[in-house]
Amino acid sequence: MSFLVGENMVCGYGGADILHGCTVGVDPGEIAVVVGPNGAGKSTAMKAMFGMLDLKEGQVLLEGEDITGLKPQERVLRGMGFVPQNHNVFTGMTVEENLEMGAFIRRDDIAATMEQVYGLFPILKEKRKQPAGELSGGQRQQVAVGRALMTQPKILMLDEPTAGVSPIVMDELFDRIIEVAQTGIAILMVEQNAKQALNIADRGFVLVQGRNAYTDTGAALMADPEVRRAFLGG
Amino acid sequence: MTDFLNALVILANFILVPGLAYGSQLALGALGVTLVYGVLRFSNFAHGETMAFGTMLVILVTWMLQGAGASFGPLPTALLALPIGIAGAVVLCLVTDRLVYRYYRRQRASSVIYLIVSVGVMFVYNGLIRFVIGPRDQNFTDGQRFIMKAREFKNMTGLNEGLAIKTTQAVTLGTAVVTVGIVFWFLNKTRTGKSMRAFSDNEDLALLSGINPDRVVMIAWIMTAALATIAGTLYGLDKSFKPFVYLQLLLPIFAAAIVGGVGNPLGAIAGGFVIAFSELFVTFAYKRVVTYMVPESMAPEGLVQILSTDYKFAVSFMILVIVLLVKPTGIFSGKSL
Amino acid sequence: MTMSGRNIGLFALMALLLMSVGFIQSWDVSLTLLNLCIISAIMALGVNIQWGYAGLFNVGTMGFAALGGLAAMLVSVPPVTAAWEAGGAGVVGGIVAAVVTVIAGMYAWRKTADMGRSRYWVTGLVVLVGYVVLRSLIDPAVSAIEKVDATKAGYLGGFGLPIIFSWLVGGVFAAGAAWVVGRISLGLRSDYLAIATLGISEIIIYMLKFEDWLTRGVKNVAGLPRPVPYEVDLNESAGFQSWATGMGLEVETASSILVKLCYAGLFSIVLLVVLYLSEVALRSPWGRMMRAIRDNETAAAAMGKNVTSRHLQVFILGSAVIGVAGAMLTTLDGQFTPTTYQPLRFTFLIWVMVIVGGSGNNWGAVLGGFVIWFFWIEAEPIGHWLMSTLTSGMEEGHWLRLHLIESAAHMRLLTMGLVLLLVLRFAPRGLIPEVKR
Repeated sequence: MSFLVGENMVCGYGGADILHGCTVGVDPGEIAVVVGPNGAGKSTAMKAMFGMLDLKEGQVLLEGEDITGLKPQERVLRGMGFVPQNHNVFTGMTVEENLEMGAFIRRDDIAATMEQVYGLFPILKEKRKQPAGELSGGQRQQVAVGRALMTQPKILMLDEPTAGVSPIVMDELFDRIIEVAQTGIAILMVEQNAKQALNIADRGFVLVQGRNAYTDTGAALMADPEVRRAFLGG
Repeated sequence: MTDFLNALVILANFILVPGLAYGSQLALGALGVTLVYGVLRFSNFAHGETMAFGTMLVILVTWMLQGAGASFGPLPTALLALPIGIAGAVVLCLVTDRLVYRYYRRQRASSVIYLIVSVGVMFVYNGLIRFVIGPRDQNFTDGQRFIMKAREFKNMTGLNEGLAIKTTQAVTLGTAVVTVGIVFWFLNKTRTGKSMRAFSDNEDLALLSGINPDRVVMIAWIMTAALATIAGTLYGLDKSFKPFVYLQLLLPIFAAAIVGGVGNPLGAIAGGFVIAFSELFVTFAYKRVVTYMVPESMAPEGLVQILSTDYKFAVSFMILVIVLLVKPTGIFSGKSL
Repeated sequence: MTMSGRNIGLFALMALLLMSVGFIQSWDVSLTLLNLCIISAIMALGVNIQWGYAGLFNVGTMGFAALGGLAAMLVSVPPVTAAWEAGGAGVVGGIVAAVVTVIAGMYAWRKTADMGRSRYWVTGLVVLVGYVVLRSLIDPAVSAIEKVDATKAGYLGGFGLPIIFSWLVGGVFAAGAAWVVGRISLGLRSDYLAIATLGISEIIIYMLKFEDWLTRGVKNVAGLPRPVPYEVDLNESAGFQSWATGMGLEVETASSILVKLCYAGLFSIVLLVVLYLSEVALRSPWGRMMRAIRDNETAAAAMGKNVTSRHLQVFILGSAVIGVAGAMLTTLDGQFTPTTYQPLRFTFLIWVMVIVGGSGNNWGAVLGGFVIWFFWIEAEPIGHWLMSTLTSGMEEGHWLRLHLIESAAHMRLLTMGLVLLLVLRFAPRGLIPEVKR
C-alpha cells in the first residue's frame, strides 16, 4: 500500500470514460512518473487524484485514508500540492506574491519556507519583485513548483512540468525535482518526455487507453525491450 | 504676458479644476466596475444605480442630521452621513448577490446572462430609488460654498479672470485620493487584497491555493458598494442628485474602465481622468482664451467650441469607439487586479 | 407551422383579455391597446432575432426605434422650402464633408500602418481638418435654417411622401446605425456590444433632441400625415354617417373605432410578414447555423464559420425590424416627440417581452409583446387601485399615504425588473420555449 494511491480509477469528462480502472501510487521520497501515448489519460489520472474530476469507480487513499470525496482545497490542507500544466502562475503578480498565495492556507510564518524555495530556485530570489508573467518559460515553471511547495506538502503532483521548455531547462528542472524528492516529499508527475523522466523515476506507470500497461521501477521499464520499442522510440 | 496668464486662469477655472473633480468621481466609479469585472467577470450595468442608491441613503441621513442641527463646520454634512450610506449600499449589494448573482455563479452562467441579469437588477434598484426619494432633483450640499472665490483671486493677483474653487471640488479630490490610497494599499499589501488579485488573475489556481471564492466575491461587493456610494455622493455634492443622471453616468464610467483596460484598477483611475478631461476639452468654448492669445483684430466671432455641451456624453462614446477600434484591451491592457 | 394546443390557448387567453377590456372599459381603449401590442410584438421580434437566434445583447433598442421615428417624420412632412433655400446647400455640403472625412480618416489610418506613433497624429489631423471644414459649412446653415419661421418650422422639413414608405426607410436607418455599431464592437467581448449599443442609443436620442435643424428638437413635429382616414372627415361624410347609424353606432365612436381598425389591419400585415420571414429564416440552413454559433461559438469558428460577420448580419436584421416598428409607432402617434424615448419603455420593456415570451421562439416574442404591453398599461390603474386600497385605513392627508399613491407609478419599474429576474431564474425558457430542432 502506497502513501498516496488512486486505485482502479474510472472517470471521464461528461460522455465517454477516459480512465478504465487504472492504479497510480507514490511513496515519500520517491519519484513516480506516469507516461504513455497521447490520449492515454495521464493528465486525467492526475486530475482525478487531486479531486478536480469526480470518480465513477475506484478510490483515492492518502496514508490509507479514503479521500475520494474531498475537494481539491481540502486535499491541499491534507498535504497535497498540485502544479497544473497550463496557467500555473499568477501572471500579474510578482514572484514573491505568487509564493505568498501558494501559502494562503497557512496561518504561521512562511518566511522560512520561502527561503527554502529560494534556496532551491536561486533565480526566483533575484526576480522576486518581477511579475511572473514577464519571466521565461523555465522560470515560470520554477515559480509554479515553488508556489506548490509553499504549503510544505507531503506530496507534490506535477502535470507535464517540462512542456514547452528547452532540453537544457528540462534537465535543470529534473535536477531540482530530484532535490525536492530528497527532502522526503513524494513526487508524482506526468511526463511527455518519457525517456528522460523514467531515468529519474523510482517508479514508472505506463498507461495505455486509460489502463495500466506496465508498472515497474524506472530502471526496469527502461530496460524492458517491449516498453522501449513501443513507448520510448527503440 | 498678463493676457497669457489670464488665458491660463480661464483654462484652470473651467477645465483643470472641474476636470480634477469630475475625473475623480468617474475614476471611483470605474474602479468599482473594474473590481466587479475582475472578480465576477461581467460588466455591471447596475453600478450607476448602486451609486444612486448609496447617495440616496446619504441624502436621507444628511437631512436627518441637518434636522437635528448637526454640521461638519465648513465641510458638507453629507461626509458625516457617508458611512451609513456605504453600509446601506453594502447590504444592498450583498443581498442582491445572495438572491440573484450567486445562483448564476453556481451555474457557471455565461457572461451575457450576467449582463441581462444586471440590467434587471438595475431596474429594480431604479424603481426602489424613485419609490423612496422620487425622480426629482435633490440638493443636500451645505457648509462653506467656496474655498476661493473668483473675486478674491482677482484681488489677490490683479488679473481680469477669476479662479474659483468650490469646497465640493476640493472635498471630491481629497476624498478620492484617500479612497484610492486605501484601495491600493488593500489590494497590494494585505493578504486578503492579494488573494483578490490572485482570484482575478487566475481563478483555478486561486482555488488550488485554497483561496475561498465566496469570501473574495463578498469583499469585492463590499468594496464596490463603498466606492459606488463615495463616487455617487461626491458627484451629487458637486453637481446635484437626480436619479436618472446616474444611469447616464454609466456610459462615461464604462468608457473609463475600458479605456484603462477592464479589470485593471490603475487603468480605471487613469481612464476616469482621460474621459473627464476629454469631455471638458471638447465641449469647452475657447472664445475668451483665444481672444486673450491673439491680436484684437483676429478675435473669433463664434464660441470656438469643438462640440456643443449638449453632447458631452457623446465624447465618452467616441473615446470608447476609438479604443475599441485601435486597442480593445485598453491603454493599460486589462484584466489584472 | 405547427402549434401546440397550449400555445394556441395562450394566444386565445390574450385575445380574451383584450376583449374583456373592450367590454369593461371601452372598445376604443381595447383597440388602442391592440395596436400598441402589435408594434411591441414587432419590436420584440427584432430583439428576438438578435438575442434568441444569436445571443447578442442589444441595450440600445431605444435608439433604433427612435431612428425609425425620425424616418417617419422625415418621409412624411412636406419640405420647408424657405429653410432649404436658407441653408440647404450648407447642410448638404456638411454631410458630404462628413462622409469625405470618414473615408479620408480610414484611408490615412490604413496607409500609415508602418509609421508608429505618428500614425495617431496623422489620422487625427486628417479628421480634425475634415471636422473644421464640416463645422464651417454646417454652422451658418444651421443657424439660418433655425431662423426660418421658428415658431412653425425652423427645420428643413421632410420629403412629403406617404408616411407608409417610412416604415421601410426606418428599417434602413436602423440597419445603418447597426452596421456601424456592429462593425466596431462585434468580435470583441460580449460586454462591449452591450456597452456600445447603450452609448449609440443615448447619442441618437441626444441628436434628435438637440439637432433642431433636422428634427425641431424638443419643439416636436406634430400633425404627421396619416396612412388612414381622419375621424373628422369620416364624421362629416354623409355615407359614413348613414352607415354608422345603420349599424346602430354613434357616429363619433364608430369613426374612432374604424380608424383604429385600419391601423390594426396595416400593423397586422407587417407583423405577419415579419413573423413569416423570421420563421422561414429560423428554419433555413442559415437559422440552423446561427443557432449553432450561438450554442458553441468556438466549435462553429473551428468549422470555418465566420462568426463575426454572421453576428453582424443578424444584428443588422434585428435592428432593422426594430426600426420598422419605431416608424410604425410614430405613424400611429401622429407626432414625433424625441423626449418620449425612455430607456425603460423602449429598451428594457422590450427585453422583458422577449424573455417572458420565450427567447429563441418567434411566437413567444409575439406573445410576450402582447402580454407585457397589456400589463404595462393596465398596471397603472391596477397599481393605483392597489395603493389606494392598501392605504384606505390611513388618514386622508397622511404623508405616507400621499407618498405611496404618488409613487405607484414607479412600482412599474420595480415590478418589471422583478418579473425579468424571476423569469430568468425560474423559467428561463419563457412562456413559449424555443423548439429544439
